[in-house]
Amino acid sequence: MTPEHLPVLIPLATLVATLVVPFCGQRRGRAAFWVASAGTLAALVFALGGLAHTAGGGRVAYRLAGWQPPVGIELVLDPLSAFLCAVVAAVALLVLAHSRRIAARELAGRLTPFYAAATLLVTGLLGIALTGDLFNLYVFLEISSLAMYALLAVGDARAPVSSFRYLLLGTAGASFYLLGIAFLYMLTGSLNMADVAALLPGVLDSPTATVALVLVALGIGLKMALFPLHAWMPDAYAHASSPAVALIAPIGTKVAAYVLIRFFFFVVDPEHARSALPLLDVVGYLGAIGIVWGSVMAIAQDDLKRMLAYSSVAQAGYLAVGIGLASPLGLIGAVLHVLNHACMKACLFMVSGTLRRELGHSRLSALDARTRRVLPWTSAAFATAALSMIGLPPTAGFFSKWYLALGALERGRWLLLAAILVSTLLSAVYFFRVLERVYLRAPAADAAEIAAPAPVPGEGGIAWATLPTVALAAGLVVLGLLNARIVEVLLRPMLPPGL
Amino acid sequence: MSVLRELAGTHYVYWTAMALLGIGLYGMLVKRNLVLKVIGLNIFQSAIVLLWIAAAYKRDATVPVLDQSIPVADPALYMNPLPQTLMLTAIVVGVAITGVAFALLVAIHERFGTLEEDELLERMR
Repeated sequence: MTPEHLPVLIPLATLVATLVVPFCGQRRGRAAFWVASAGTLAALVFALGGLAHTAGGGRVAYRLAGWQPPVGIELVLDPLSAFLCAVVAAVALLVLAHSRRIAARELAGRLTPFYAAATLLVTGLLGIALTGDLFNLYVFLEISSLAMYALLAVGDARAPVSSFRYLLLGTAGASFYLLGIAFLYMLTGSLNMADVAALLPGVLDSPTATVALVLVALGIGLKMALFPLHAWMPDAYAHASSPAVALIAPIGTKVAAYVLIRFFFFVVDPEHARSALPLLDVVGYLGAIGIVWGSVMAIAQDDLKRMLAYSSVAQAGYLAVGIGLASPLGLIGAVLHVLNHACMKACLFMVSGTLRRELGHSRLSALDARTRRVLPWTSAAFATAALSMIGLPPTAGFFSKWYLALGALERGRWLLLAAILVSTLLSAVYFFRVLERVYLRAPAADAAEIAAPAPVPGEGGIAWATLPTVALAAGLVVLGLLNARIVEVLLRPMLPPGL
Repeated sequence: MSVLRELAGTHYVYWTAMALLGIGLYGMLVKRNLVLKVIGLNIFQSAIVLLWIAAAYKRDATVPVLDQSIPVADPALYMNPLPQTLMLTAIVVGVAITGVAFALLVAIHERFGTLEEDELLERMR
């Protein structure tokens, strides 16, 4: 195997799994689990290979079916896309492993469709990261979105309603994107990203180009739940099944943020995106509002899953702030936060899924020290991830916030800096509230010991739930300690040449 | 006057597409019946497909299917095939979305017995 085939092998691995999973049959959820995990593992191995190959600034382009760009579709592996593929595949693999314990109860009888949709989602996300063609990006965006609608529609009674609302807004977002690239195509006559990047500077001042950029930002803003386009997200996450949310929340919206980065810094001249058009400023300030709004709403929630959903709105805001800064520090902060937040949110949603499996609920007001006695490792992992969300060193969450704050300082954006600092305090409020219950609150005198629910046939042991959660929590500390290496080796080479 | 002249020329295509976009958005946002919302979504997507196809149009050119009597060497004689193939894909995507949307509506109707948003909100409480 040679490196030039890596770009196509990464999404192909999960696509093959998607096609094989339905043959496992409706009853044999365990076989579906192994096929899905094997496909994701293969994608992870290829992505890590690609990451090693492109470290330092290499670029591997694969021409699908041998058609030459700009007519043919190109899959491009560069430091940024390789990094994102590795993050998506690694988090997806851990979430799938965790689902071995919790999915059998929440998705009884639907394991095979779940794993098929999950691998399809990962395929779409990997495709978005890899494609070098603007229209192909739309297709992958819709593939991943279709899988998301299906995954989010299964859960409690109201899940189909919130998934339908997401479908309306998500499809509108993708359609706005398609409309935007229609105008770009009329201007440049090309859809290949490298080709458009070369042709665009000559026509960038035309009103058509401005309309195109605004439409793309609007469409992708809907997909990444940028304030005030986030309305679909809290409901969709709160009503869906735990394994589905643990898969979608960490990586789904992050990839939309990647599309913004790819489009506004690699296709469009970053200098133009920074100075001529205040669009990125708008994205940054909307992100700042989203950070504060999401954090305040998270404080008001009593259900852990719902609280995490609102906190996801705030975290999408961090990415928007980093993109809006349009500076090397801001971009490094945003991309580092994609990695850190994927690990933190996956860990936290896994904990919420474990609580639902072992305690039967995830209501904050019903948690107390018994939770810690029953689930010591899960509680410890939650504490680590919560500290990282708040941003205490040496956990990973501190460093991405640090780069974002430095970027805001460097550009003199005091409002953005204030939003980052205020949200740190707010997230301390809503996470310490949980930690206080789990670690300090003694159970009521008449409270019975927690009885483990009866096991469901076909589900894995408790280790399947604990190990991935603890691995992510430990990973947060490791990522925090290694952050300088990550930034120097992986993130610096991916910065666009114009910045 | 110049607007009217443009309208009479070729720009009416863009105005039509924009009007359809508006109608589709109106249906999605204002209509209270969920099926009507899906129809609004379809109108919205069709408007974008029309816009792409209009971008491929050339006056006095024929459909992009090879015809031995028309020389291939002169691209002005054929319409641009790329947007047309892309829109075939976009239509397929739209059909898939509509299918998933209707599947969700069936699930909603099974659980709550209605597709009117006001009644739905009442019954979900």
